[in-house]
Amino acid sequence: MEKQKSKLIRIIVSAVLYAAAIVLWKTLQLPDYAYLLIFLAVYAVIAWDVVWRAAVNISHGQVFDENFLMLIATVGAFVIGEYLEAVAVMLFYQVGELFQDYAVGRSRNSISSLLEIRPDKARIVQDGEEREVSPEDVVIGDTIVVKAGERIPLDGTIVSGESYLDTSALTGESVPRACRVGDSVLSGSINTAGVLYIKCDKLFYDSTVNKILDLVENVAGKKAKAENFITRFAKYYTPVVVGLALLLFLIPSFITSDWAEWGGRALNFLVVSCPCALVISVPMSFFGGLGAASKNGVLVKGSAYLEKLASVGTFVFDKTGTLTEGKFEVRGIYPAENADKVLALAAVCEGNSLHPIALSVMRRYGKKAEKGYVVTERAGRGMIAEKKGERVVCGNAKLLREENINFKEITDENTIVYVAHNGVFIGWIEIGDTIKSESKAVMSDIEKDGCDTVMLTGDNRRTAAIVAEKVGVKKYRAELLPADKVGAVESLMKESGKPLAFVGDGINDAPVLMRADVGISMGAIGSDSAIEASDIVLMHDDLRGIPLARRIAKKTMRIVLQNIIFALAVKAVILVLSALGVTGLWLAVFADVGVAVLAILNAMRALYIKDNVKS
Amino acid sequence: MKKMVRVENLDCANCAAKLERAINKIDGVNEANVNFMAMKMAIDYDEEKYGEIVKGIESAAKKIEPDCVFKGL
Repeated sequence: MEKQKSKLIRIIVSAVLYAAAIVLWKTLQLPDYAYLLIFLAVYAVIAWDVVWRAAVNISHGQVFDENFLMLIATVGAFVIGEYLEAVAVMLFYQVGELFQDYAVGRSRNSISSLLEIRPDKARIVQDGEEREVSPEDVVIGDTIVVKAGERIPLDGTIVSGESYLDTSALTGESVPRACRVGDSVLSGSINTAGVLYIKCDKLFYDSTVNKILDLVENVAGKKAKAENFITRFAKYYTPVVVGLALLLFLIPSFITSDWAEWGGRALNFLVVSCPCALVISVPMSFFGGLGAASKNGVLVKGSAYLEKLASVGTFVFDKTGTLTEGKFEVRGIYPAENADKVLALAAVCEGNSLHPIALSVMRRYGKKAEKGYVVTERAGRGMIAEKKGERVVCGNAKLLREENINFKEITDENTIVYVAHNGVFIGWIEIGDTIKSESKAVMSDIEKDGCDTVMLTGDNRRTAAIVAEKVGVKKYRAELLPADKVGAVESLMKESGKPLAFVGDGINDAPVLMRADVGISMGAIGSDSAIEASDIVLMHDDLRGIPLARRIAKKTMRIVLQNIIFALAVKAVILVLSALGVTGLWLAVFADVGVAVLAILNAMRALYIKDNVKS
Repeated sequence: MKKMVRVENLDCANCAAKLERAINKIDGVNEANVNFMAMKMAIDYDEEKYGEIVKGIESAAKKIEPDCVFKGL
């Protein structure tokens, strides 16, 4: 930064001049006006920009502007004969400003490195020729070519070539992912080898990379209470302190007639009346926290949600696709001697459904189901298929009970699909879903953190109990229809009194994500509605992002709190000591700038979090 | 109408807060959110009053932070 460099030089020059002036003061016996001129000259070097800005702002009617306050404080010091202090105040003030600029610049840079995922060009292939265009100009159906080392500019499907993709900018996942013809690829990933031809499925505007940029930059989203508090505080702080300064100057001066002494004490007030350093340290902490989270593939839509996440008392998880992989497969068909018939009849019912369970049945069946049946769905229970007096019932225990069919209830962690033919129970299919490998460790992390864990599922109580036991969640609510989940979350919110976070895959639980205090969606990159509905988006499908985000949130809040308390306490102490005449101008400005520097350094810690999801 | 505006040369966080308060008072602005760290302003405004809003924002900025520049407004 050119501006910072020239300011630094100016500060160094002034400091040297200042030291020289002090040496003169100590060695020579010059008349007072000579020293005044010497120190005024040094003052002019260090303070001209502050004086200028103060003048401009006063002409606009901005009285409580920090430039103006510093001007009054230093001119006042000259008036009461404290030349050394007057220059020192300005010098320290400028050092503080420079440091603040530097720190803000560094934080911004570390975030903007995240934004480097923005592609600046795309190469379209048309009639065998390549043409470079801006990504915004590519239309759906265009074929683009991406060479090794290049970033994929738009979402699409590979039509030729195979490679490994580095998706770390999107997901924080460092292991490259293999991809080949027919795979869909997300913009923002880097092609690490070979040439890929990609047919674009989305416009740049709707592509993943643009969505992420919007999210990261949407730190302008919702501000945290702590952030609003500090700016509101600053609004009143300055006028109040200036008012106190005036009172401190006038009242005791009239009583004691010692104008210089009380004037000097009042000047201290003006020195500590600038709120800027205090104000910057809070948004800077949040900015760092949001940045640290983004770096690890956790997008938080504004400081308000980081603040809320830190105080969450209950984490509620959807079971399927969140705690489990959500990939169902048929584990067994019983009784074995009847397996073919059971599967064929189940296929009749499930043939046209897109439900994950139905899909797994059809995958096992491997051919088209027999036609001619009228199939009706019983939401959350199963299907019934009918043809000329023939009736196939296929679903969970609830459905069979409703149909008054005698059957043998199976109890294990698998999801059971019972099949009955013309009112007679003929067998069942066991369908399994694998628990994610990290689920158990994450649950115990969250419990150790002092939070409750709850699992919601549409499955029956027994399946839920077994999964809950295996994963290690404390409570569960089972047999919930999709619409019941909002109610379940609401009642849990009432019970705990603390904020509640809901974690889901975002595909069919958008209402729950919105209802919870903090809605967290997983692996939702590519699903617009999920991103829209949630407050925090985990870019990768890894639960470990949750304890990580929580750690970042808590650390950020700790830093924010430390900064607010520390800065206010030091300011209060300086004010009291100044009023009592214990502290001089020197110490006041030193303490004030010192607090600012420490608070900013502390804020910068929020950018760094020790371990990340990869480890 | 919602818009993201880049705000350059904002000097300090307190000025950003002052600017935000001033812009929120402009007639036709539903909500303005100035983020000093991101150098961005998210603004939700009445499109019919766009002209006056821009004028209002510029005069508020001139008062509080004469150097600052709005891009994409």
